[in-house]
Amino acid sequence: MKKIAFGLTTVALSLAAATAQAGEVEVLHYWTSGGEAASINVLKDLMVEDGHTWKDFAVAGGGGESAMTVLKSRAIAGNPPSAAQIKGPTIQEWGELGFLTNLDDVAKAGEWDVILPGVVSEVMKYDGRYVAAPVNVHRVNWLWANPEVFRKSGASIPTTWDQFITEAKKIKAAGFTPLAHGGQAWQDATLFEAIALSKGAPFYNSAFLGLSDKTLRSQDMIDVFDTFKQMREFVDPGFSGRDWNIATSMVINGDAAMQIMGDWAKGEFTAAGKKAGVDYVCYPAPGTSGAFTFNIDSLAMFKVDGKDKQAAQKDLARLILEPKFQETFNLNKGSIPARLNMPRDQFDSCAHSSMDAFLASSTTGQLVPSMAHGMAVNSMVQGAIYDVVTNFFNDESMTSKEAVDKLARAVKASM
Amino acid sequence: MNTKAAHSGSGPTQSGRPARLSLADWMPKIVMAPTVIMTVVCIYGYMIWTAVLSFTGSRMLPSYNFVGLDQYERLFNNDRWMVALGNLGVFGGLFILICLFLGVTLAIFLDQKIRAEGAIRTIYLYPMAISFIVTGTAWKWLLNPTNGLEKMMIDFGFEDFKFDWLINPDMVVYCLVIAAVWQASGFVMALFLAGLRGVDGDLIKAAHLDGASTFTTYRRVILPSLKPVFFSALVILSHIAIKSFDLVAALTNGGPGYSSDLPANFMYAHTFTRSQIGLGSASAMVMLGCVLAILIPYLYSELRGERHE
Repeated sequence: MKKIAFGLTTVALSLAAATAQAGEVEVLHYWTSGGEAASINVLKDLMVEDGHTWKDFAVAGGGGESAMTVLKSRAIAGNPPSAAQIKGPTIQEWGELGFLTNLDDVAKAGEWDVILPGVVSEVMKYDGRYVAAPVNVHRVNWLWANPEVFRKSGASIPTTWDQFITEAKKIKAAGFTPLAHGGQAWQDATLFEAIALSKGAPFYNSAFLGLSDKTLRSQDMIDVFDTFKQMREFVDPGFSGRDWNIATSMVINGDAAMQIMGDWAKGEFTAAGKKAGVDYVCYPAPGTSGAFTFNIDSLAMFKVDGKDKQAAQKDLARLILEPKFQETFNLNKGSIPARLNMPRDQFDSCAHSSMDAFLASSTTGQLVPSMAHGMAVNSMVQGAIYDVVTNFFNDESMTSKEAVDKLARAVKASM
Repeated sequence: MNTKAAHSGSGPTQSGRPARLSLADWMPKIVMAPTVIMTVVCIYGYMIWTAVLSFTGSRMLPSYNFVGLDQYERLFNNDRWMVALGNLGVFGGLFILICLFLGVTLAIFLDQKIRAEGAIRTIYLYPMAISFIVTGTAWKWLLNPTNGLEKMMIDFGFEDFKFDWLINPDMVVYCLVIAAVWQASGFVMALFLAGLRGVDGDLIKAAHLDGASTFTTYRRVILPSLKPVFFSALVILSHIAIKSFDLVAALTNGGPGYSSDLPANFMYAHTFTRSQIGLGSASAMVMLGCVLAILIPYLYSELRGERHE
């Protein structure tokens, strides 16, 4: 009897001890596909090791549209989760509304200003204070290619868009689809911004960050639209509404030669048991070899009540930037770590080249935020650009000159 | 109980047992109150809220800086909205007409006292049991040029067969019509069949005695007497057309480009994913206007009809 009582007391005491310092974090995210879920589970395990409770709040739906809808209703109801997967200018929008908490003490202790490249930390701050923690950096301007298809059709990997067109014609003549593409607005925009970037980072920044009317109406922009329209010939008839991963599998199966897609495509190749450099190759999108279009995923921290919850939230922010999580998460996700000076040996050749390009481009000013992935402009302007780009790609009668005019007007109307 | 009912019905001058009387009087109202309040708040309340928001500059979250009719002005200057409205016209018009035509025809055929009517009726009606999401997904596969109907015909040897409406911005709206008609015409058939069965048999016999052919009987006697059914079907179909969202979401997702967008999809995209609650609310109000434009004449004719009786 005594023994049992003693045992129970110890259990009770240890429980009490655990609950005294442990808190609960509720994390809203849309990492729901196999590889993604495995990636975020790493963070969950780290939090549980620290004695906290992880309340998973996963909302399925690729671009996070449903997740954002849920987040808004929770925020309006005055009950936001501790952390939510928000990125780019949207962090600023939430910051302006006063929902985000200040992480400066965690950032200072973890030396975030030192370990994060300036471009990354800039996105994570609102009003000069850290409000979010970055989990990864995606490079968007990638060209994924199946070397087997190139061999069979006697073509070589293009490094400029003009070359792309000549090579794609050869591939088409050999009976393959030159460009695997999914006709969804964001995929159209991904292709479009890769072409725009080949006109140089200053042009890109002026168009998609500065939203300069002059640049949007310039001859260069008309050229971009011209090239973009030509891509229409190189996609197969079934492209409309196709998901990006289906397009990737066309490259994997050898039905298509190339795909312009961010490095999350690598996850599909890996899942299919393909090896980088052997079964598939990765190159920067034509004409953008020195440049890097980034897309940074991050978890923004909301203001929550309760000391224990706040403590858990700070621990979450700290763990996100620790090397262990950054490495495991990004190995699973196909992206590269947001923090610098990480051991590289676990990563593959595509990731290495991504890391090199990331560092190099940040010094040459060729590191640019992705418009298609909501890093450059807010969702209103982005939506306006999407509409024009995707409509132009599908409307055979629209000329590039009309498109440029529409683009400039749509951007102005949405500001 | 009888006396109570008589009391309450016989006028306000009654003074006997006032406490019990009023409780009995109030009982139905008390019982009904929660549902009435729920309906008023959750339907009309939110309707009014949306109307208010449509006059504000709300972006990511609702805010109350009133900007007058700005959002409506922006809305009607928006290419995509005009495409969505035009699509609603084409889609709604064709969908309603074809559904009514097919529904009436099928109902008349089924009305000929044929064998296995029950089985055939079930087959026709069954699509209605499927949600538009499933319909949209299934038709997306059927209409996809690389693995659907077109491929099947080519595999059968018709090398030149071409059916690429799904990826043709000019034709894609007709794909929506095909799928929606497939789904809803069986339902219209069921409505009309019920109506046909309700027509007085003596009337038909009388018409036959007067020497009217079956065709004339249907045209001059039976169908005119089905006017209320026709109106109900029209109202229900127009509602389906105006609120159509899931079919587009599953079948085309508004694409190619935004050429198959309908107002509901526009509203969703702008309110929830593009942080333009004001603009989205304005578009919702225009949709409400469309519904009212159909509903008010209908209600008017219905209520007037009652008064005549």
